[in-house]
Amino acid sequence: MLSWREGSSRLLYAVDEAARRLGLKPGLTLAHARARVPGLVVAEADPAGDAAALKTLALWAHRHYSPVVQVDGSDGLWIEVTGAAHLKQGEEALVQDLIGRLSARRLSAHVALAATPGAAHALARYGGRRWLVLPPDQGALGRALAPLPLPALRLAPETITGLHRLGLASIGALEAAPRAPMALRFGASIAERLDQAHGRRDEPLTPVLPRESIQAALPLAEPVLTAEALATLITRLVEDLCRGLEKRALGARRLDLLLTRVDGSLQALRIGTARSVRDTGHLTRLMVRQIEQIEPGFGIEQARLVASLAEPLQASQQQGLAGEMVAGKADLSPLIDRLANRPGIRRLYRLAPVESEVPERSLARLPALAAPTEESWPAALPRPARLLPRPEPVETMALLPDQPPVFFSWRGKRRRVKRADGPERIFGEWWLDDAEWFAVRDYFCVEDEEGRRFWLFRNGDGADEATGSMRWFLHGFFS
Amino acid sequence: MAQRREEVVDALRERLRQIERGGRPRAGVLPFGLAALDGHLPDGGLALGALHEVGGAGEGSDDGALPALFIAGLLARRPGIVLWCLPPAHPGGTTTPHAPLFAPGIAQAGLHPDRVIYVEAEEEAVRLAAMEEGLGHGGLAGVVGELPRLAMTAGRRLQLAAEATASLAFVLLRAKPALMDKEITRPTAATTRWRIAPLPSPAVLDTPAAPGQPGIGLARARWRVELLRCRGAEPQVWEMEACDAQGRLALPAALADGPAAAAARIRRALTG
Repeated sequence: MLSWREGSSRLLYAVDEAARRLGLKPGLTLAHARARVPGLVVAEADPAGDAAALKTLALWAHRHYSPVVQVDGSDGLWIEVTGAAHLKQGEEALVQDLIGRLSARRLSAHVALAATPGAAHALARYGGRRWLVLPPDQGALGRALAPLPLPALRLAPETITGLHRLGLASIGALEAAPRAPMALRFGASIAERLDQAHGRRDEPLTPVLPRESIQAALPLAEPVLTAEALATLITRLVEDLCRGLEKRALGARRLDLLLTRVDGSLQALRIGTARSVRDTGHLTRLMVRQIEQIEPGFGIEQARLVASLAEPLQASQQQGLAGEMVAGKADLSPLIDRLANRPGIRRLYRLAPVESEVPERSLARLPALAAPTEESWPAALPRPARLLPRPEPVETMALLPDQPPVFFSWRGKRRRVKRADGPERIFGEWWLDDAEWFAVRDYFCVEDEEGRRFWLFRNGDGADEATGSMRWFLHGFFS
Repeated sequence: MAQRREEVVDALRERLRQIERGGRPRAGVLPFGLAALDGHLPDGGLALGALHEVGGAGEGSDDGALPALFIAGLLARRPGIVLWCLPPAHPGGTTTPHAPLFAPGIAQAGLHPDRVIYVEAEEEAVRLAAMEEGLGHGGLAGVVGELPRLAMTAGRRLQLAAEATASLAFVLLRAKPALMDKEITRPTAATTRWRIAPLPSPAVLDTPAAPGQPGIGLARARWRVELLRCRGAEPQVWEMEACDAQGRLALPAALADGPAAAAARIRRALTG
């Protein structure tokens, strides 16, 4: 628990989860809190230190998520994910990734992804959910904002008190109230905040930039509007940037294009590469492919290209060798970069064996360009070409407890088993997970009358109920 | 005289093919390693620098396990990396499970996991674009795309992309049986089109443990490999034994001496 001094009294500045459960809230006087909960552990608040830490966190988010990150007040960050979410396989995946990484650093966070900074600010703090991703349509935005309380709008405390006195308690009520009298009484801030949250007025973010990043900027004599002009602009910026990279013997792993529109708002684009690259052609192509994501509005008046992540070039990536045959193998990294930066592609990976008997756990994803593992799965154990994401229960008739079924029905069709092979006994990995829902699976390959081969298993060893439910499941298809 | 005539016809045929390829030299072929198949196909194997369409038959056509094994077996015998473009395991919006590829099963057709890069994309258009991207690279062993259908224009684009870099492209059709029957009979831009169906194991091998019980033990699976369409060759059906661990198909043992010998054996057996 942290406290700080305001005037003559000491107030609570921040409280931890345990204190929150005891009903303590920031803003309470320390004396009051001590009276309610004896034995409080209190430390002096350090707003300056907090601000510095938040700035560090902003730079970290800039590195991992988006070219445009801005500190929001004393307790938040805005991350502009437009044009950057595809690198994390979509918005929802990005939000989960963010929460996961933060909690790995012992930071708990509330995350909201919405169409405007104002709405994201409101929903993260007052949305009542650990995280949410709002669909991009205007209706959803309005519906999500309507029930939120007034402090969510970033209004001055006096304004909020005044509005409460008028009986207005939610954004929806405020939205429905007549504008002119409000403006007369409280100033223009209410209308401005409402419009910003609903996306009727732009709220440009001012991104934090890591110091010492290599960048290239071009002042533009006239606003740029067309895709062709943007492509030329990108080409020139990339050439500039690559010269800068060359001076320091670096290659880019990530490039951010920051475009300032005539109306002052910011458009950003981010591309990533699997290995450090300094090939102007390759980098330009990657960027130009994303041009359609830029909304130029009335024109772009400033352009800046930042190598937000730069690394020494790998030997095989030197200018001139890229794209040629390296050590007898065609260089795949340009292809992988093009695919990784293409919107709509969810994942790009290789698979490698993992030591696990449980079939669905016997493989792991690797980055597409990871070094070859030289390992495969045991060839002697038959494995189907297609595996159901979840085993599906089947109705069976088995004459003997430890024999394959004579019939089984799956998705309404009854099949006679003509031939079968098995069982292959697989033991559940109870030591990995308390909730491992089986102790033993007995797998059979069976062939029906038409020659189609299925992979069935019985949950349990056929004799001891403790090893499983003895129910049958279909898990995969050999044909 | 007859000899000369045949030579002239062969030369003309070759000239025609070259015109079809737009004057580009022949990209070569990937032989199946089986005289029955290679002898039937023009140039003695599956054409490189071309698009090939492979679908399943019957109720398994939705899962496309056999086409996947057929393609994996072919690519197992080519050097290099394979790009396999597929839908995510749980496509958004639907609840029907969509059995995804199981790499250990594919490895058993000879395609080592180190050699396959998977690309997951929900939209067909993105998968098609990823395939084109892969074909444009030109240094891959092959590019595979799992699609519910292949429109004429999309097929034409892939065929051209494959021709341009002499790459091998496969479209693996996955559709419900009724749709599959429709998809697999309509005109295609692909160079060849195949349909792979399972065949029951021969009855002689059935040795049930007890009457009414299933037979014990499974022999190498049997496939009905059907060439539905091929430029420069007639449609044909073969009965084959499934890919082995090196991706090779085989003629069933009973037919190994050729259909005539098998027929003779059967006649002998019948006349006793």
